[in-house]
Amino acid sequence: MNRRALIIRLSPWLFTIGLVVIWEAACWLFEIPVFFLPPPTAIAQAFVEFWRPIWRNSLFTLTTTMIGFGLAVGFGLLLGLVIGWSRTIYSGIYPLMIGFNAIPKVAVVPILVLWFGIGFVPAVLTAFLISFFPIVVNVATGLATIEPELEDVLKALGASKLDIMRKVGIPRTLPYFFGSLKISITLAFVGSVISESIASNYGIGNLMLQAQAQFQVPLIFAGLVALAVEGIVMYWAMAVLEARMTRWAQRSGFAQN
Amino acid sequence: MSAFVTLDGVSHTYGGSDGMLAVEGLDIAVAKGEFAAVVGPSGCGKSTLMKLATGLQFPFKGTVTVAGQQVTQPVKIAGMAFQAPTLLPWRTTVENLLLPLEIVPPHRQRIRRNKAEYVARAEKLLASVGLGGFGGKFPWELSGGMQQRTSLCRALIHEPQLLMLDEPFGALDAFTREELWCVIRDLHAATGITVILVTHDLREAVFLADRVFVMSSRPGRIVVERRIELPRPRDLDVTYTTGFQDIVHELRGHIVKARQ
Ligand SMILES: Nc1ncnc2c1ncn2[C@@H]1O[C@H](COP(=O)(O)OP(=O)(O)O)[C@@H](O)[C@H]1O
Ligand SMILES: [Mg+2]
Repeated sequence: MNRRALIIRLSPWLFTIGLVVIWEAACWLFEIPVFFLPPPTAIAQAFVEFWRPIWRNSLFTLTTTMIGFGLAVGFGLLLGLVIGWSRTIYSGIYPLMIGFNAIPKVAVVPILVLWFGIGFVPAVLTAFLISFFPIVVNVATGLATIEPELEDVLKALGASKLDIMRKVGIPRTLPYFFGSLKISITLAFVGSVISESIASNYGIGNLMLQAQAQFQVPLIFAGLVALAVEGIVMYWAMAVLEARMTRWAQRSGFAQN
Repeated sequence: MSAFVTLDGVSHTYGGSDGMLAVEGLDIAVAKGEFAAVVGPSGCGKSTLMKLATGLQFPFKGTVTVAGQQVTQPVKIAGMAFQAPTLLPWRTTVENLLLPLEIVPPHRQRIRRNKAEYVARAEKLLASVGLGGFGGKFPWELSGGMQQRTSLCRALIHEPQLLMLDEPFGALDAFTREELWCVIRDLHAATGITVILVTHDLREAVFLADRVFVMSSRPGRIVVERRIELPRPRDLDVTYTTGFQDIVHELRGHIVKARQ
């Protein structure tokens, strides 16, 4: 019983280690050239050798991502509340939003560069643009799915729209909101890396581009690993935040499907 | 004496004047302290009647009067309960009961400072429907019947003059339902509150009501009004008497006709 639980806890690590070992073995066994697919040991070596630029650029990417994400949270929350507040605004803005969301954000980067030059600003804005949509949709959904009967109960008491939002709408939206942060932060990260690899002199995206130009294949992969680690850490942080902030929703099975 | 709730020649449609009629030429008058039940085929406009009587919808023809005032906005003296208990899962049972008090004046202004007094009131009400000691539980820790009792309490906590019940027991099993009939019966007897109950259960209507109104299929009108003369207080045993079952049969005949 306890052994089983232990194995389940350890299994992510075991699988990761297993993957690395198989990867390494395959590289040696099939004599895969390092410039095609470097073995984990070569990537580790690249980490040791280039830890300074990797560290600096990781921080840069993290910063642009977090600023873009922060903007997305603020703006997304606001817009979501506005949209969820009124059916008129909802039906007016929603098609626009769908259209906007359908645009691949890579296509927006050149315009951002035209307006703001290369580097920090377009990376932040791309991160913002790509990540605010899930927040808006989730917040608006939380508000829009208030049970009509409950609204009737409160209206028949003379409750104002603001009362209903404060007592019911906003609390019930929180699980949707915190749930959307996990998706949103991952997207923000994609956005900033895309922008960095197209139009920046900084960031992991740019580092990988340069490594590619110089044919330093292990460094490219080291950049990839750095991205993976950052992504996992940010996702995990949002998952923890979600679990902390919406205990009641998890215990009651609210909005879980 | 003029009635407490009156709908006079009321017609209503959802979605503009060219929409299909939901109810047409609806007349109903319920006296103060009376227990009225409304039955009818599904989709005939029973819930619409509830919304019209509480000022959640407004008719394009006819007038609605509650407590001597023509209804032009939500009435504010009504408590409502529906088939779904719609309790807030982030609030305990007692906190759910306090919700109406956070909205209705004068409690709205007082509740922060006099929390203890209101909590005591909520717990007393819970005890009166057999939920003593459950105030600290969350809704999902309660059974369906207990949730529905809580929902009833929420409709009553601000001591409304009018209680509107829209198929409140529809989702419960037969035993729980009969238990709650008795809860409602006793609340009505104790407080003298005016009750309008929408139901599709004829036995429920006959057991609880002073008068039963039968609606036609859409667009709904009142086609039959039947006074129930069974003496009060009524015991559940009365539902097995022939007198009771004759009334149920008679009403059933009207419903069958109404559906055609
Ligand atoms: N919000 C709404 N919008 C449009 N049509 C509605 C709405 N609510 C009810 N209706 C229509 O009005 C009619 C009466 O509905 P309702 O009063 O809910 O019936 P009942 O409660 O008797 O089943 C139904 O035919 C229904 O389709
Ligand atoms: Mg209905």
